[in-house]
Formats: sequence, C-alpha cells, structure tokens
Amino acid sequence: MLPDRHGRYGRYGGRFVPETLMPALLELEEAYRRIHRTPEFRQELSWYLKDYVGRPTPLYFARHLTAELGGPQIYIKREDLAHTGAHKINNTLGQGLLARRMGKTRLIAETGAGQHGVATATVAALLGLSCDIYMGTEDIRRQRLNVIRMNLLGAKVVPVESGSRTLKDAMNDAIRDWVTNVRHTHYVLGSVGGPHPYPMIVRDFQAVIGQEARAQLRRRTGKLPQCLVACVGGGSNAMGLFNAFRDDPVRFVGVEAAGHGVHTQHHSATLVAGTVGVLHGAFSYLLQDPWGNIQEAHSLAPGLDYPGVGPEHAWFKDKGRAEYVAVTDTEALSGFNLLSRTEGILPALESAHAIAYLKRLAPEYTADDIVIVNLSGRGDKDVDAVAEAMEVSVEAY
Amino acid sequence: MRRIDRVFKQLKAKGEKALIPFITAGDPDLATTRALALEMAARGADILELGVPFSDPLADGPTIQAASLRAMQGGVHLEDVLNLAGELRAQTQIPLILMGYYNPMLQYGLERTAAKAADNGVDGFIIPDLPPEEASPWRVAAAKAKIATIFLAAPTSGAERVRTLGRLTKGFLYYVSVTGITGARTELPPDLAASLKEVRALVKCPLAVGFGISTPEQVAALAPYVDGVVVGSAIVQRVARLRGPELIKEVGDFIAALKAPLRGK
Repeated sequence: MLPDRHGRYGRYGGRFVPETLMPALLELEEAYRRIHRTPEFRQELSWYLKDYVGRPTPLYFARHLTAELGGPQIYIKREDLAHTGAHKINNTLGQGLLARRMGKTRLIAETGAGQHGVATATVAALLGLSCDIYMGTEDIRRQRLNVIRMNLLGAKVVPVESGSRTLKDAMNDAIRDWVTNVRHTHYVLGSVGGPHPYPMIVRDFQAVIGQEARAQLRRRTGKLPQCLVACVGGGSNAMGLFNAFRDDPVRFVGVEAAGHGVHTQHHSATLVAGTVGVLHGAFSYLLQDPWGNIQEAHSLAPGLDYPGVGPEHAWFKDKGRAEYVAVTDTEALSGFNLLSRTEGILPALESAHAIAYLKRLAPEYTADDIVIVNLSGRGDKDVDAVAEAMEVSVEAY
Repeated sequence: MRRIDRVFKQLKAKGEKALIPFITAGDPDLATTRALALEMAARGADILELGVPFSDPLADGPTIQAASLRAMQGGVHLEDVLNLAGELRAQTQIPLILMGYYNPMLQYGLERTAAKAADNGVDGFIIPDLPPEEASPWRVAAAKAKIATIFLAAPTSGAERVRTLGRLTKGFLYYVSVTGITGARTELPPDLAASLKEVRALVKCPLAVGFGISTPEQVAALAPYVDGVVVGSAIVQRVARLRGPELIKEVGDFIAALKAPLRGK
C-alpha cells in the first residue's frame, strides 16, 4: 500500500520542509514503523480506544432521514459519540502514545474548529504531557466553546494573528514552533495532510472508523454499502472511513466546502476547484493565485476552512477512485437542520456538509442500496455560529 | 568561474570572510530594494541575498514575515524579483542569490525560473522548504542553467546529513545557527562555535552561517569559524523603520560595521 518510501501517493505527498525538520520526520517515520505494529502498542491503543474513547462508535440506521430523502438506506457512523465529540481523538490518542514512547514531553497542534485542539489537549492531559495549541483569532472567535475546553484541559491556546487568522495560519505557526522546539516536542498534525509520514500515520490511526463500519454493516446486513460519504477539509475523517473499503467495489464521495460558491473567491473546495502545488510540506491540490501564493479559504465550518488537502485524496481524485463535490454554506445549514429535525442529532457544521450532499445523492439510489455517511463530529460547538447565520438569513428576507 | 566561487576564492586569498546581507525584494517597493542593494554592494557586502515574497513563509520569524507581506501588498512576485536582479546585474558584478519558497518557483515553472534567473544574472537559489530529498527536479533545471542550488544545514542535521548536504550544495553550505526560524537574537547558542568546527571538518565547500545574527560583535565572534556570515532580520528591521535617504545611509553604515570584523587583519 502507498505511500512509497519517498512518502508519495503517485505524484502527490513528499516532504517539503526546512532542513531542521527533516531529521524529526525521519525519526518519526522510523519510530512509527518500529512501534505501531507491536502487540504492546496495539493492545495499549485498543484499550484506550475502548475504555477511554468509547469505541466502537455505533453505525446507526437513520430511519427518518432515509424516509425523508426517499432514496437509499442511510447509515450514520457516529463519530460524534466518540469522547471529545469528534473523530479527531482516534488520531491524537495514537500520536500521543507514540510521542510518549519516543520520549517527547510536549505536544503542539494546529486547530481550526477546535476539535483537533480539544482532542490533543485531552490526550496531553491523559498522558501527562504539556500542550500548546495554535489557533487563528478568527476561529477563536467562532469556536469559543472549544477554546474554553482546551483551557480547562490544561492546554495553552496560542492566538495566531497572521493571514486569514484561520487554520492555514495556525498550521504555519505550529510548524514554526516545531522547527524551534523539535528536540522535545511532538507535532500532532490533525489531518491527512502535511509532510510524510503524517498523511500515512493519520490515515492509519483514523482507519478504525471504516474498519468498524465495514464489520458493523456486514454483521447487520451481510452486505457492503454502495457508497460512502464524508466531508473533506484536510480529509482525515473521509480517509478514515474510505480506507477499509479501498479494495471493495464501493463508491467514495468526498464533500468539500463551497462556501459562498466555488465560482466566488470565498470557498474551500480545494479538490473541486484548486490546482496542484506545495503547501505545508506536501505536493497536493491547493488554492493559490497564478504566482503561487496561497489564497485564503472560506467556509462557515472552521474545520473545512483550509486551502489544502491531503495528498492521498489528490491521488484518489486523479485515479478516479473517489469523487469530490462541494456544497455551499447555505446547503450545509440546511443539512444541519435536516439531521437535527429528522434524527435528533446536531451535526458539526463540517459533517453537515456531508449530510447536505445526501439530498443530491439520494435520487441516484433505490431502497435496496446502502449509503454510509460519516458524522465526524457533534454540533454543540456550532450552535452560536448557526444561530447567527440563520438570523442573518432571516433578516435578509 | 561562477561569481560565488570567485568571491570566496578572492576573499580567502585576502584573508577575508564574506558578508552576505539579506533583504526582502519589494519591501517596501522595488525601487528601494534596488537602491539598498547597490548601497550594500558599495559598502562592503560580498554577496547579496534577495528574498522572494511568499504568502506562507514558514521558516521565517515575524520580521521577515512582515517584510514579505509588505512586498506582497505592493504586488511583487517572483517575476518582478527576477527582473530586479537583471537591473542590478547591469550595474554590479556582486553575486546575487534569491531566497524563496518552492511553490512560486513551481508555479512559474522550474526550467523557466532557472532560465530567466540565468538570463538576469542570478547566481544561486536558497529554497528553505526544499530539502535534498525533494530537490532533484529543481537541481536538474538549475544545473542546466548553471544556477547554484545552495542547501541549508541545521543543528539537528547530524554528521551524515551534513556530509551529504556539503556534497550536494553549490557555492557554499548555509549553516542555520539555531534550531528555529529566522529573526534577530540577542544571544546565539553557546555551542555554536563548536558546531561550526564540526561542520567545517565534514564539508569541503565554503561555509556560511546565518539566522539570528544581528550585531558586529556576533559577526566578529563567528568569523574565525566560517567563510561567510548572513545577516537578514537585523537589516529588515531597519527597512521597516526608516524611509528614503535616511534608510539608505543607515543600512550602508550598518553593512560597513558588519563587514569590518570580516576584513583581513
């Protein structure tokens, strides 16, 4: 399985980082390859995943949503029920345990929606490591609840004022911190992006989502699904769901954020509307101007508000293994409402993009077909933003 | 013979060390960069390093981030910097090195970047986010155009990588003084001299040190261990603070002060 030994997925991926970080990436790759398959590590990780995170998360048959949409049977993978309220904990726990075995005493991370920051702060508290989380000031404003959670967990939230003050800029500053403190600090990268070996490590730690979903559905129906749907910012929850099905005849749909529309300057649809280049250590699709400067992304969902995407998704796109689509802020809000009202589940705004796309997808399938959608996180963090956005649209009429 | 190689050879013959100042091209505008470059060349700079503005300079500290932003606000991009190099080349024979991140070069086209750089008298490139593992396509394009690819070595590199970097680099090896990003520092690592001695023993090429070096005293302290010293943020801070003839004079005087301890005894 990819990546190759250069960290490439076809032409994508690689390690475009300052020399200071190269030895750390090589060390991380070596440690990961040495440790992650050992029985001790696997036992430790699965114990924490079960007793601490609460895995396996349910695969829930969404009867009312299925009836409402009138197409395929819709199953929801409930990552929102994992400890801390999103899939991010699968990865931060794995990386935290790895970092501890590597003798690192400090964790740092970037965060957009705050879910990855909370998940990293949680693992730092659990494992007794110190923790700094980089977060854009625009996201601090939008996701106050998660900022408070991180503080309560004992992490320091470092505000990032540069650029668009969102996820991209938080990642720049996290990398700058890592360049400075690399000897004792582990950088817990939160998505399947960044330099090798991160896209591989994060995919592998998130793969539990798809492994469980595949086994749960087979146990229940004896079948494979026709289609998997997940939102894509950097792409970790999507890759986590897709990975276990990669050799099955199952359709993959990644839903990006179209913001105000992919034909405007205000979107985050990197795979749908971007071009290839290098950002944050990897060759992949990104949003850029003709001179190679990175453009600011936009999405109502802070976790999708990023102008890059994981290199394996770029490879999936080019190979045609997955298709990538985009839904607007407005559609995502209607997806948020749809799931809240039909099933009594408030989705994260990020996951609401995947829910919203089901409306467009449903007519392609019949009641014999099965679609699994990944509910990557819960929506408590978003209620202020959703209320604000709804009021704005009410006032507009 | 390449201009960079010639400079190090001539300086060595005189018992001198190279002063390599850095400024961001287009900060605050291209005319100022041109005037500053010529003044620095006249006042003791041996090699000039011009930064190419980029939106996400992740190896740079706040000073050079801000400079990059000011230049971008003026609409300056890679092609403008290449054109500026051409204007400078018409007036000076000082070696010109561009320091820029990889993506703008990739989008402009690697062969096109190298060819236009060569046409405009650029001598080399420093690309902080391009380690040797990823550098083959650029090195091929650069070699074809006879442009030097200057690699960075860091305190974390270790002997084996330093040896490889020393073998691959052209012109000189740029040793990063600190485990960290660019930016003026009041104190350099206490073991820096020892590290430079180790690096010196591992490589045959000329050795320059940079990152954090901001005063003539620091330059004097490092001079015995290297062939060149890079000073960036300390100059860029002056560019941010001053304007017009006052800026040109201040930077010129600063260059003269930095060069003094690098001259032969």
